[in-house]
Amino acid sequence: MKTKEILKQSIFTDNSICRQILGICSALAVTNLMMNSLVMGLGVIFTTALSSYTISLIRDYTPRSVRMMVQTLIIASYVIIIDIFLKAFFPDISRSLGPYVGLIITNCIVMGRAEAFAQKNKPFDSLIDGVGSGIGYMLVLLVIAFVRELFGFGSLFGFKILGDWWTPWSIMVMAPSAFFVLGLLIWYINYRSLPKQA
Amino acid sequence: MEINSFVIFIAAIFTSNILLTNFLGMCSYLSISKDMEASAGLGMAVFFVLTFTSGLNYLAYHYILVPLNLVYLQYIIFIIVIAAFVQLLELVIERFSPVLYYSLGIFLPLITVNCAIFGISLFMIIRNYTFIQSIAFGAGSGLGWLLAILALAGIRGKVREKMLPKGMNNAAISLIITGIMALAFIGFSGVVIIQ
Repeated sequence: MKTKEILKQSIFTDNSICRQILGICSALAVTNLMMNSLVMGLGVIFTTALSSYTISLIRDYTPRSVRMMVQTLIIASYVIIIDIFLKAFFPDISRSLGPYVGLIITNCIVMGRAEAFAQKNKPFDSLIDGVGSGIGYMLVLLVIAFVRELFGFGSLFGFKILGDWWTPWSIMVMAPSAFFVLGLLIWYINYRSLPKQA
Repeated sequence: MEINSFVIFIAAIFTSNILLTNFLGMCSYLSISKDMEASAGLGMAVFFVLTFTSGLNYLAYHYILVPLNLVYLQYIIFIIVIAAFVQLLELVIERFSPVLYYSLGIFLPLITVNCAIFGISLFMIIRNYTFIQSIAFGAGSGLGWLLAILALAGIRGKVREKMLPKGMNNAAISLIITGIMALAFIGFSGVVIIQ
């Protein structure tokens, strides 16, 4: 497969969150601020890409019976790198993301790509596929965060966009709105991709 | 201030429900909730595993990782503890209670990758709970998860999927129902408060 095709497929046509309903937990939890979503998205891109690459490199030497364990350990090592990096350079963001950085390990996207793609494909293709899935994930996160931060705080990336006349909808910062926004987004995307009836 | 373990237990079920306020364990929640019986089975399994792994991970963290100064390895250790415990549990249940094994059996492997289990261990470390508090937190969260998935399965059983707007079936409608449930659960907030 060509690199471009893999990228396009993993970002849009097979978007992990909207099309395969994977990785919902963190998508909902960190999307009250754009900044958090961006960092989380970058973290997932890094993890999926490198863990897919590593898993694909050793795919011929891993016994089938223990492969889940091996995959989890590889993923966990990359997540530890991210965690330590964030703690050292961005302590504020690290604190507000809290345990959700660690939860990248159990993010179904990373595991799903490892199982579905990296097991069967060449290392370089897997790397591209991982980057693509991560970017797809980040795009959805940013869309949700855009809606929630704009209406909830009247700001984007912490900069005031809406003036003082705007009354923040505090519901947008709380849990239920995350469900509503993601639900409506998935509905819209499914609706758009339905086969057109003549 | 020391929080009463019982308060943590109740709070984990209602006010800070693991699924509705912390969004953990969504993947299996969305895919299993079509079927009432399967939801009950998975919910029970989550409750069981959560109660034990929160205790085990507490011991592993405070008696192995902290003295050896290996705290940064916590993710790997927690995952291994959870996976090992689930395997062990599977063996034990199969040996002693075949009936329970047939009803829970298929759900046990799914649990290793359920982010709720792993997330609870992380939350409990971050919030500095004591041993008893951790177990109360684990058990309460497990019950809360069970409650949420049963409620969703019950509601989804009543929804007539044919009447929904196009493209809204499955994931989209489940998320919106969950949103309404989360709104209802916010009504409990303020009764008891844990961080």
